[in-house]
Amino acid sequence: MKTAEIAQLLNEPACAHNRNEKSGCARTKPGATAGGCSFDGAQIALLPIADVAHIVHGPIACAGASWDNRGARSSGPTLYRIGMTTDLTEQDVIMGRGEKRLFLAIKQAIDDYAPKAVFLYSTCVPALIGDDLEAVARAASARWGVPVVPVDCAGFYGTKNLGNRIAGEAMFKYVIGTREPAPVAASAQRPGIRVHDVNLIGEYNIAGEFWYLAPLFDELGLRILCTLSGDARFHEVQIMHRAQASMVVCAKALLNVARKLESDFGVPFFEGSFYGITDTSQAFRDFARLLGDADLAARTEAMIAREEGAVRAALEPWRARLAGKRVLLYTGGVKSWSVVSALQDLGMTVVATGTNKSTEEDKARIREIMGEATKMITDGSPKALLQAYQDYQADILIAGGRNLYTALKARIPFLDINQEREFGYAGYGGMLELVRQLALTLESPVWKKVRAPAPWQVVPAAGKAPAPAGETLA
Amino acid sequence: MPEILKRAKPLAVNPLKASQPIGAALAFLGLRRAIPMLHGSQGCTAFGKVFLVRHFREPIPLQTTAMDQVSSIMSADENVIEGLRVLCEKSRPEIIGLPTTGLSETQGCDMPRLVREFRSRHPEFASTAVVPVSTPDYSGCLESGFALAVEAIIDTLLPADLGPVPVAGCPRQVNVLASSMLTPGDIEAIKEWIEAFGLQPVVLPDLGDSLDGHLIDQESTPLTLGGTPKTAIATLGEATATIVIGRSLYKAADLLRARSGVPDFRFGHLLGLDACDAFILTLAEISGQPVPPAIERQRAQLQDAMVDTHFMTGFLRIGIAADPDLLVALGQFLTGVGGEVVAAVASTRAEVLADLPATSVRIGDLEDLERAALAQRAQLIVANSHAAPSAQRLKVPLLRAGFPQYDWVGGYARTWVGYRGARQALFDIANLFLGSHHDIPVHRSIYRVGNDVGAPTRAPSGAGLAHH
Repeated sequence: MKTAEIAQLLNEPACAHNRNEKSGCARTKPGATAGGCSFDGAQIALLPIADVAHIVHGPIACAGASWDNRGARSSGPTLYRIGMTTDLTEQDVIMGRGEKRLFLAIKQAIDDYAPKAVFLYSTCVPALIGDDLEAVARAASARWGVPVVPVDCAGFYGTKNLGNRIAGEAMFKYVIGTREPAPVAASAQRPGIRVHDVNLIGEYNIAGEFWYLAPLFDELGLRILCTLSGDARFHEVQIMHRAQASMVVCAKALLNVARKLESDFGVPFFEGSFYGITDTSQAFRDFARLLGDADLAARTEAMIAREEGAVRAALEPWRARLAGKRVLLYTGGVKSWSVVSALQDLGMTVVATGTNKSTEEDKARIREIMGEATKMITDGSPKALLQAYQDYQADILIAGGRNLYTALKARIPFLDINQEREFGYAGYGGMLELVRQLALTLESPVWKKVRAPAPWQVVPAAGKAPAPAGETLA
Repeated sequence: MPEILKRAKPLAVNPLKASQPIGAALAFLGLRRAIPMLHGSQGCTAFGKVFLVRHFREPIPLQTTAMDQVSSIMSADENVIEGLRVLCEKSRPEIIGLPTTGLSETQGCDMPRLVREFRSRHPEFASTAVVPVSTPDYSGCLESGFALAVEAIIDTLLPADLGPVPVAGCPRQVNVLASSMLTPGDIEAIKEWIEAFGLQPVVLPDLGDSLDGHLIDQESTPLTLGGTPKTAIATLGEATATIVIGRSLYKAADLLRARSGVPDFRFGHLLGLDACDAFILTLAEISGQPVPPAIERQRAQLQDAMVDTHFMTGFLRIGIAADPDLLVALGQFLTGVGGEVVAAVASTRAEVLADLPATSVRIGDLEDLERAALAQRAQLIVANSHAAPSAQRLKVPLLRAGFPQYDWVGGYARTWVGYRGARQALFDIANLFLGSHHDIPVHRSIYRVGNDVGAPTRAPSGAGLAHH
């Protein structure tokens, strides 16, 4: 990939990061860098497409430590969970046999697993020795008659975020717009309900959490043409351009896809979140608004009233246990405000939030929700996080899996909010899981036991000295 | 000697292998107040970190030289110097491990020169040792990367000009070179054994002290929270003997013996009765002490378990996939109790594979294991967590061993070595087998009277209790 192309991707016009320099996509610093590379980001963005063979072209480090590593669930095919890599050897690198191996690898994947398409992910070593993924993809596709999509995402191109965009770009360049949607099946038609086609962009169905929401989409007559990429199929990505509206869920990463769908195909989009009652309802309202269907709007309001009523009633017993608890939140980007809303729905107090990856827009939103006095944390090092936890007298740290053991080593309650988590928190139903997990860690009896010193380390109060050690031990 | 079947496919499917840089990083994590920094792109480190965090359920200190597009093409030398400077300035480590990656090796880098340059430009950080090691991920596997790092640690931290070896400097000290197949639980057990003979172990690298999972008083540290101290490495030459566990470390052991002059005793592994007996006999000889009664008792307990479980382990058809040292260890242990290794897959080639008691071993991936296990009707799979879906498809139980174990709590703490470790392994294997015992298919005679065909067979709801 050329420097100019990378610069263009970094300069995503719809992304508010770019209105304020260096807020998000800053350069990496040797010896002081955390976070994944572009390959990581590209793979994360596309791996949940379930009926595709995902081939990582490179030596073992890239796929070996990352395959089958995420919580994205599929309702059907499980091909995406099969790890595939060309596992390049020294001979391949020295003799330039990488392309040939890749070509044959594609054949093997097609022969053995009959994928609907093959995605090729480039990594650092083949990028450095100049393997031409696009040419191999073209040749293989012509030869074996299966779509083969190159994703040029060498790790050294940059951060995970850039990789997300590269993935979106590849979908736009090679996949979206290559098929037309089938009409709505007669069996799925219901009298009085006009079906609208929509996309969800940046929804990964972590731990299956989108299934809390999917029935509501069905109920309202919203046909999801494609979710990029949770529980998606290749043919669904192909028809995204025919949607009437897109929602960018909880991430700036695939914003480029939404923007191009709008500019090239006239598909309007909005940014929203499914975390928390308020935001979930807002997302459904935004769909109704963008689709301009008064009947849909009315049915949406009825659905929201019913769901909110039900979930608020179910949350009532938990509210008493969680209300007033102080939360230190450290997450990236949009999640910094979307989770805040979910926690406030529960009566909890967010004492500070991380804004390292947030845009100015996100920060403005945080101020709006939490008030001007909100502490924003930019230093995410374990030491700084623990200091903030003490300073703001928090009761729990909510952060990504990377900070899980930071919290546990410091003996503080923790909730994992990132991609690798085991539990789904989205939508109305997800709130009930969220409160359960919050209470589980906050109320756990283990904290007291691990914070207290061993009984023999307690300094005895004056005058009440226990018997001499020799006697006690005897 | 098994036939070694070469990798036959262009595509690796469900990879078994983890990379050399991760193995090297792991070895450095067994040193005290240390941090490894991979020379590569930030992803090399991020993936390695997640891999190790999920296995050990511990925070893992691991940094990167963060090569980007410009430095990948022009030169990344400055990244190394700058990265070392930043680490020294921030957290003053005792040791920085510096493994290379496929990216930096393909670009071509001269690590020893860069370390020298760092030394001359930053004399203020002279107290931090820097150990470079060449570990491209297009060769080898986790085990070989680990071994290369151990060799590099000895090479860097145990100078060649030790001078005359002090006679009996510390007659009770025993060095232990511990390969990557040993868990923190294993290393603890090995240390206990050595101490039981009145000897003082110095384990290199000591994952038992750094990654055993223990809460500490201070809340966070940017470096390892235990492991072999640098000062202890300097004393390796004063020991009375060196014990080497794992064939992958024999080259590092050669170097240690040449540098230190300390005689060594080498073991392929410590799994099962025979291996443990050889080890105990050696400890008795080194120490000049009789075998403690407690160990005799543990041995007798293992023998009892072997007798009890031989009904389940005998003729048990086993498929194993692992790095070479561990594969051979498991193979010898399980055939030693009557099992049969019917499918064997190694991540890479290694001399030790010649010792595997099987007709063949494939250099390959978990797809190879699954296919061979299916063809050979394996009844038990022994492999890492990635093999769980394979085992599920094969409808056979999985015993988790090796890296990574992310769907299983405490895999890192499991003790395989020693009489007690072997006994527990036998119990676990027997239980897995009992839990998945395949019954003989029911036959319902055409002549039998009654109409219970298709009726669910009801399990008795109380053990021998009459109910009304």
